[in-house]
Amino acid sequence: MMYIRASIFFLGVLATLFLGWAGLTMIPGLQIREIKPASALKPYKDQQLRGRAIYIREGCIYCHSQQTRPEGFGADQKRGWGRPSVPGDYVYDKPHLLGTMRTGPDLFNIAARQPSEDWHLIHLYDPRATSPGSIMPPYPWLFKEDEVFSKEVYAAKGERVVPVPEEFAPEGKVIIATHEALDLVAYLVSLNHTYSIEQKVNNNE
Amino acid sequence: MNSDQETFNINESPELTSRVLTDASASGPVIAFFTSAVFWLLIGTVFGLIASIKFNFPDWLGSIPALTFGRVRPAHLNAVIYGWASMAIAGCYVWLTARLCRTEVGWPRLLYISVLLWNMGVLYGIISILGGHTQGMEWLEFPRIAVYLITPAAVSLSLSILRTFHARQVKHIYVSLWYVLASVVWFPILYLIANLPFYSGVTQAAANWWYAHNLLTVWVTPAGLAAAYYFIPKVIGRPIHSYYLSLLGFWTFALFYNWNGIHHLVGGPLPTWLISTSIVASVLMFIPVITVAINHHLTMIGHFKKLKYSPTLRFVVFGAMCYTAVSFQGSIEALRSFSEVSHFTHYTIGHAHLGLYAFFTMILFGAIYYIMPRLVKWEWPYPVLIKFHFWFVALGIALYVVSLTIGGILQGFYMNDASQPFIESVNITKPYLLARSIAGVLILIGHLFFIYIFTLMVTRKGAIRLTPPWREEPEAATR
Repeated sequence: MMYIRASIFFLGVLATLFLGWAGLTMIPGLQIREIKPASALKPYKDQQLRGRAIYIREGCIYCHSQQTRPEGFGADQKRGWGRPSVPGDYVYDKPHLLGTMRTGPDLFNIAARQPSEDWHLIHLYDPRATSPGSIMPPYPWLFKEDEVFSKEVYAAKGERVVPVPEEFAPEGKVIIATHEALDLVAYLVSLNHTYSIEQKVNNNE
Repeated sequence: MNSDQETFNINESPELTSRVLTDASASGPVIAFFTSAVFWLLIGTVFGLIASIKFNFPDWLGSIPALTFGRVRPAHLNAVIYGWASMAIAGCYVWLTARLCRTEVGWPRLLYISVLLWNMGVLYGIISILGGHTQGMEWLEFPRIAVYLITPAAVSLSLSILRTFHARQVKHIYVSLWYVLASVVWFPILYLIANLPFYSGVTQAAANWWYAHNLLTVWVTPAGLAAAYYFIPKVIGRPIHSYYLSLLGFWTFALFYNWNGIHHLVGGPLPTWLISTSIVASVLMFIPVITVAINHHLTMIGHFKKLKYSPTLRFVVFGAMCYTAVSFQGSIEALRSFSEVSHFTHYTIGHAHLGLYAFFTMILFGAIYYIMPRLVKWEWPYPVLIKFHFWFVALGIALYVVSLTIGGILQGFYMNDASQPFIESVNITKPYLLARSIAGVLILIGHLFFIYIFTLMVTRKGAIRLTPPWREEPEAATR
């Protein structure tokens, strides 16, 4: 009698867990697997993937989402942050970077709003140089300081000078973007999902 | 190990004898788990405070990669979840199971292996995150190697607890034990499944949030409830109000709480039916929560003045009340109309701390205050510091939750008002984020008091205990 009751208990406990798992991940997984990538969506290029890895490493996800909400749910549409995102927009994403926080703005279509590489480089070096009042941390380790040479010298060395406004740059130095900074910016300026999609998938009514 | 046992006549009743033997067998592993937990609590609190201050002064420690916000924040979360919470739960489960089965701890060597692997896993994981190596998903940041250390640690714990249960000397299985047993079966499975490399795209997001919320379902909440169900009747010396309410509460909890996770993605790019399912399950959580609240309240009624004398009761009842509060809040938060404002804001962070701190951590403090004297046979030194501990953390977490709740709602209103530039939704939160850092300082000070007396306790310094603690326990409160 004791063993039967204990067995029923443990079976019930296992069943509740597995039902939830099946219902919340396996079944939607099967449904979502049928969805094809949006035709205008391109797989990431190598540099963009390296940049994405830096986005993950520095924990950008803890303040920035990558999902746009539909009309009538929040102000994403009125702000012009791009059409509501659909599962087909994410087929190349692993790990997913949907995010749950908007201490900073959504970045799903940041490239459409801010395509300038220089802007992104300055912003990463010192967020307050481009965005007064921002509480984003700076990422100085993605940059290096150098003596002031002529443009031709940097061009010859293949180095990218970041046009940091004078009051934000260390005196008598120029700021050079490292490969990591350029990779991260290559990823950021690839974040543009404003292409039109074939089927309308309405996620929220 | 210690000759105290002969000094006192413990043969007064077989129940007392069994308690002494039980506590003696649990002593080593439980102290090891609790000491590790307290260490990670300190580390986790410091990371949390650093992350908070960075909102106020974003350039502070701004040139140290390991201490950038995006690494310190997950280091905080993982240190408190897998370090503090998990090892405090482990210690609590080992002791509770042995006590409720009236037997000695089964396979104690497995528990020493568990505590060792667990600490190695968390240490490796935290260092990896600070070094920039992460799986990149919230609550699942630890890299593979840490997972391979923590999984066998969790399995060892479960095996030992199931072994203890198998050797039980009682017929009746008390409600706390249901939660413990379910929890030790659920947790290793959940942790392993969630770390499988199957998923990608939005399915991975669904799996991510199924896991993250289910960690509360299978691990954190059962521990808090098991402890509350045990300690409230134990300390006040009367049985739990209703057995059948406990039964209803347990099974509705198991059934509904496993389906809540996708409410973290309301408004996101997932099938509508999926999100709606989680919203419905979240609202259904009212049933187990109200059941537990009624049961605890009716047990406590007429005994509230005991809160003044028992630190355990004070911490546990504070936590149990916050369980009701955080669960109601969670059910409402899952609704689309509410989520539209609160999602993506600091409101959620306030909610998370109401759950993981004001409910869970406070109850576990109460449990540690009760269990430790019985293991080291030493009384807590400096009772006034226990009071300081309570009031600093209670006021700290109250300030924390209130400031982020108000700040988060305002943030949500500004975010959803397209006529406001986005930066205004940042500016409006600044005073509330400053208040949150002050709350963090209060909590850290409270923890320092706790850690100080905990250290004295483990090293047996401070005031000497005159009467053995087991004499003061009311009889058979947990029948």
